[in-house]
Order: sequence, then structure tokens, then C-alpha cells
Amino acid sequence: MAAGDHTVLQLSTPSTVNLSAKVHPLVIFNICDCYVRRPDQAERVIGTLLGSVLPDGTVDIRNSYAVPHTEFAEQVALDIEYHHNMLVSHQKVNPKEVIVGWYSTGLGVTGGSALIHDFYSREVPNPVHLTVDTGFRNGEGTIKAYVSVNLALGDRQLAAQFQEIPLDLRMVEAERLGFDILKTTAVDKLPNDLEGMEVTMQRLLALIDDVYKYVDDVVEGRVAADNSIGRFISDTVASLPKLSPSVFDKLMNDSLQDQLLLLYLSSITRAQLGLAEKLNTAAQIL
Amino acid sequence: MARSFLQVAATEEVPSPLRVVQIEGLVILKIIKHCKEFSPALVTGQLLGLDVGSVLEVTNCFPFPIREEDVEIEADGANYQLEMMRCLREVNVDNNTVGWYQSTILGSYQRVELIETFMNYQENIRRCVCIIYDPSRSNQGVLALKALKLSDSFMELYRANNFTGEKLREKNLSWVDIFEEIPIKVSNSALISAFMTELESDTPVTQCDYDRLQMSTKPYMERNVEFLIECMDDLSMEQQKFQFYYRSLSRQQAQQQAWLQKRRTENMARKAAGEEPLPEEDPSNPIFKPIPEPSRLESFLVTNQIANYCNQINGVAGQNFHRLYLMKSLHDN
Repeated sequence: MAAGDHTVLQLSTPSTVNLSAKVHPLVIFNICDCYVRRPDQAERVIGTLLGSVLPDGTVDIRNSYAVPHTEFAEQVALDIEYHHNMLVSHQKVNPKEVIVGWYSTGLGVTGGSALIHDFYSREVPNPVHLTVDTGFRNGEGTIKAYVSVNLALGDRQLAAQFQEIPLDLRMVEAERLGFDILKTTAVDKLPNDLEGMEVTMQRLLALIDDVYKYVDDVVEGRVAADNSIGRFISDTVASLPKLSPSVFDKLMNDSLQDQLLLLYLSSITRAQLGLAEKLNTAAQIL
Repeated sequence: MARSFLQVAATEEVPSPLRVVQIEGLVILKIIKHCKEFSPALVTGQLLGLDVGSVLEVTNCFPFPIREEDVEIEADGANYQLEMMRCLREVNVDNNTVGWYQSTILGSYQRVELIETFMNYQENIRRCVCIIYDPSRSNQGVLALKALKLSDSFMELYRANNFTGEKLREKNLSWVDIFEEIPIKVSNSALISAFMTELESDTPVTQCDYDRLQMSTKPYMERNVEFLIECMDDLSMEQQKFQFYYRSLSRQQAQQQAWLQKRRTENMARKAAGEEPLPEEDPSNPIFKPIPEPSRLESFLVTNQIANYCNQINGVAGQNFHRLYLMKSLHDN
């Protein structure tokens, strides 16, 4: 390109701008745990992110481990051998997880981060940098992900800019667990089947109450009607299958009887076990 | 009463019985992730933590790679373990092994290998637990996590390798006494609970609830009952072994009596003739050889397993009742 009149600041091909990242809750737990256990003189924790790149380009971050590092005024030193050892160990268990980036705690991107990012880009073509603000500096814990984009002036590389990419926190596993277990600092007892059922039904009841109240409010004119919500409600109510009472009763009774049968079967089995036990140990040859 | 230092040092502290296992949320997530990724294959991993008083804290864990049946990989596995522990030590993770975890299918984990692993661990660590996770039950919204430990009386018996009926009656040990289940507490650091509260505000309904309200539990029940049937077959085989043993024992005793009678009449005849009476016992005669009593360990394990399946069936059936009545009331309205 001819040097001269005007030079245009060019961001290199935004093929990566469509990149987005998905983070599993385990990664956040890991990072927080490492932060809590960091050595006293370290201000932040740095580590590697493991995961895979999905076919549609999103980066799926599934696991992570901390890497010991030391930071001085302008320099950062990472324990590279440790990093490699951990990587090898992790891949023994799960060979599909590869390095997809690195993380650091603390808000924003600092000067030292560029150097580390450089190091990681030697391992992976386009590493993702995740920052987790454990200091809650903005009054909330922000988690952001960045990729580095090269800024080029003409043909010359100027700098690398950290560009934020959308981050999706997939909490499905955590939800499955039940947030109560994960949110409080101590849970005394894991709920068993029936207790969990009870909790769920109470929640369902609360939901139904809310909807009921909302519909009442709308009918009485206290709240402005929202058409989309109304449609949702009518869809939900319509999704109950329309069965004639006799058919439904038969269905219900059949299922009930199946369950009772199974309960009976398991009680018989237990009685059998008790008998077998007695025969085995109590029998003596005189 | 003041005790001299020597006295205090000499008295060994009696370990307080293990009452609670305290697990961090991080460990639970890791276990779930590992087991789910490899299901239906069964996987294991190591638990790390601290042993404090009557609470066993589990603060971290790492998975084991799936081992092929190869002799060289044996040493590899040990290396992997050492490497992981060393690396984790560098980032200030608690470095003590407190047990191991394994995944299971439908709760069928009572096997001899489990007991053997327990004994192996028990030799080195004073207190260890095994955490069993069942990924198939988690699809129903239940966190199927159990902490198990072998009961002390069972361990003594196992070491003596003596499972005859008398010994068991002596110790009053039945099949429920083999494994002790320890209640689990979950703890989280304040930081992570702050994050979690922040990231996911209190939604009224979560995925967990959706799972719980699902009506289709038939495949799960079917598999349960299938496993139950197989176990009953095993149990009846064990019963047959015992019956065979008892029959042969009584037959042997009858033979012994007959032989004894013969000897006695012979002796009487000899006495009448004035000769030395023959001894009334003859250890070289094969009918006096004691028949070994079959070990009851297998039958105990199978019984445990069956009880487990029954419990599971009961649990799911109970849930199903709730759901069915819910459906009924919804329909009526």
C-alpha cells in the first residue's frame, strides 16, 4: 500500500468478531477457589483455561487450573513447566480438552496481561482471556472475556487490542444441583427424593399463585394487560391434554396400580432378604 | 490431675468417630462433570482434604484417567497421581488424600473390589471415605451423592478373613452393618457464594424442578427392576451353595456316626476277645475331613445391593405418586 497521503488504521479481518465464549460454572468455582488459596504476596491469580472449540466457532470453556506466577513492576514470570505438566496430566484424563485461553482475577486488562497473552497465543491460535473480578470493584462480580485483535497501520503491526466478546454463562449443571446448595456457605443436609419433591411442588404452587394474582389484577384493571403474557398463559392452559374424564381416570388408575405393584414387589423382596438372612446366619448344625 | 509430658505423649488419642463429611461445592461440581462426561463408563478419582475432629473435609479432587488393563500403565497411574498431588501442592491445595470417589450405575456398587480398595486405603490413612455418585439418578432431579465407609467391626472380620456363621453371630453382624453411610454437608467459600448469588438471581423455578416434575420414569424403573432380577438370581445361587454345604455337612456327620458305631461294636468285640480297643477317631479317614464353610461375604454384598435397589424403587414410586396426584388435581381443575 502506498505510503503517503493518508494511512488508515486498520483492524485486521474481523473473522473472530463473531467469536463468543461459553463458560461452565466449574471454571468459576475453580478460579474462586484458587484465588482464595493464593499465596499471600500475590495480588492476583493466573491460570490456563481448558475446553474445546465448537463447530460453530464458539469457545466452550470447561475446565481450568491455576499456574503459579510472579509479578514485578513490569515483568511477569509464569511457571511454564508447571503449566505443561498440568496440561499433560489433565489430558490423560480427558484428551479432548485443549488449551483455549487463560484467565486472571482482577478487573480489566493490565500491561502484564499483554505479555501473558502473547505467550498463550504461541500455544493456541486465538486464545481467550477471561477476567474474573474477585474484588467486586464495581459493586458486582464482573466476568468478561476478551480476544486480542491486531491493530495494524498499513502493513505495520501497532498493537494488539483486547476486544471484548460476548460471554455466555451456562449454568445448567449448577441448576441441576440446585442453587441452594451452591449459594449458601453451608448446607446441612442434602435433600432426598421426597423432600426435594416437596420443595418443587411448593415452588410450583407459588408460581401458580403468582399467575392467578396477575390474571386477577388484569381483569380488575389494576395492571395493564400484556398481550404476550396473556398468550403464554393461554398456551400453557391449552397444553393440558384434553382427555375425557373416564379415559383420564383409567390412565391414572393404571399408573397408580403400576406404582403400587412396584412397591409391593420391593416389600416382598425385602421380606425375602430378611428370611434369607435368618436362614444363613442363624442356622446351626447340631 | 496433672499428667507428665511423657504420659500425654504416650496416650494415643482415640479418634473421634466420623460423623459428617463436609464437601465443597467445587468438589461436587467436579465429580458431576467427570462422571457425566464418561457415563456410562464407570470412573474414579481421588479426594483431597482435611481430617478435622469428627468432620472430614473434602476440599478438592482430581479424576483418574481410565486405565486399560495393562501392566505398564500401573506405574503410569501412580506417577500421574504423584504428579497431580505435587502440582496441586504448589497452588496451596490441601494435599492429603482422604478417600476416593467413583461413579455407579443405578446404585450397583457393592462389590468385593470396593471392599478391597477400602482396605488398601485404610492401611495408609486413618480415615477415608468413598463417595458414590449416580449420574443416572441425577436426571430425575435428585443429587445422588453418598458417602460410605466400612464399619469397624466389619473391617476386623475382613482382616481375619473369617466369615463363618459363628463368627458373625458372635459379633452380631448382619448385612446392614457392612457399609456405614455418613451424612454429607456442603460448604462453600464466601467468595463463591457471593458470585453465585450474583450471577444467578433467585429464579422461582430451576432446571432441577423441571427434572423432578417429569412423569416419564418408566425406563429408570425398568432398569432398576432388571438389575433387581439379576441380583435375585445371584442371591438364589448363593442360597443353593449354602444348601449344598449343609446337606453335605449333615451327610458327613451321618457317615461319621455310622463309622463310630462300627468302631464301637468292633471295640466291644475286641474287648470280649481281650484285645486292645481301637481308637474311636481316625483322622486319616476322609469322612472326617472338615468341609470348608462357604464365605458369606458375597451373599451379604448381594443382599446389600438388593436392598439398595428396593430403596430406589420405593423412592421413585413415592415421587411418582406425588406427580400422579398432581396431574389428577390439575385435570380436575
